[in-house]
Amino acid sequence: MQNIGDVMTMQQVMFYIFSGLALFAGSMVIVSKNPVRAVLFLVLTFISMSGLWMLLEAEFLAITLVLVYVGAVMVLFLFVVMMLDIELASVREGFSRYLPVGISVSVLVVVALVSAVGPKEFGLEKVPAPAPYPVDFSNVKALGELLYTQYLYPFEIAAILLLVAIIAAISLTFRGRRESKAPNPSQQVQVRKADRIRLVKMKPEKTGEERESGSII
Amino acid sequence: MVALSDYLTVSAILFGLGVAGIFINRKNIITLLMCIELLLLSVNTNFVAFSHFSEDMPGQVFVFFILTVAAVESAIGLAILVVLFRRLKTINVEDLDSLKG
Repeated sequence: MQNIGDVMTMQQVMFYIFSGLALFAGSMVIVSKNPVRAVLFLVLTFISMSGLWMLLEAEFLAITLVLVYVGAVMVLFLFVVMMLDIELASVREGFSRYLPVGISVSVLVVVALVSAVGPKEFGLEKVPAPAPYPVDFSNVKALGELLYTQYLYPFEIAAILLLVAIIAAISLTFRGRRESKAPNPSQQVQVRKADRIRLVKMKPEKTGEERESGSII
Repeated sequence: MVALSDYLTVSAILFGLGVAGIFINRKNIITLLMCIELLLLSVNTNFVAFSHFSEDMPGQVFVFFILTVAAVESAIGLAILVVLFRRLKTINVEDLDSLKG
């Protein structure tokens, strides 16, 4: 009995560490002045939330969140933030002006949500914690069996969605090759004679008489 | 023992932080995108928590799809942001008024 109590306390300790870290980092994301620092705090938020997902026995998703989301999407954010040079002063103006309304709206949202999902509705008495999975249970296997049978069609659609995203992102930011020598057909068709040929009237350098007199001398 | 309501409360507070960030940083598009990521993260945590406590695996499949869509959204959003910065040399929301909205 003592042993089980210790395990539960351990779970609670991990929960409070991870959730405290996530909430601290989340609030630093929205108040930090430097966008690079905000992205790094967002990474910390994601990592601590993936710790919470580990506690919820969603191992595959927790690792996916760190590897794919933090490793790819957040690094993309970091690249973009570092690539654009933003003047911080203009971006920061209006911070204190919108602070009261932002805080009041978010407090309202949190109070409404917590009153809906608080301990009264979803406490341990209402929703008892499920028994932990056995040691040989594989989260990846269970998820994969669902994903490749029942949810195969949505899975394929997600793949198409990623393809669309690739094409969209590339075609938005692609600027074309600068050194390309390919002719533009519509410009070629619209060429007129006046654009290409210039008739110049100029005096001959020497008249015929001068040339004759020059030959006599 | 950690109850379901504890997880839901944490994700509700995280959602509130995301909403507050959208209000506070309404000039900076990059921070707005980051706040959207916070909102999606808290919603995903709700999905995972409910999936765990009702012992229902498809909830995690939905989180998988939401992660995909969120990655697509942020990739295209950042691409639009880069194009916008190239044209206008600014990411201030107030300067983006060519649609007269």
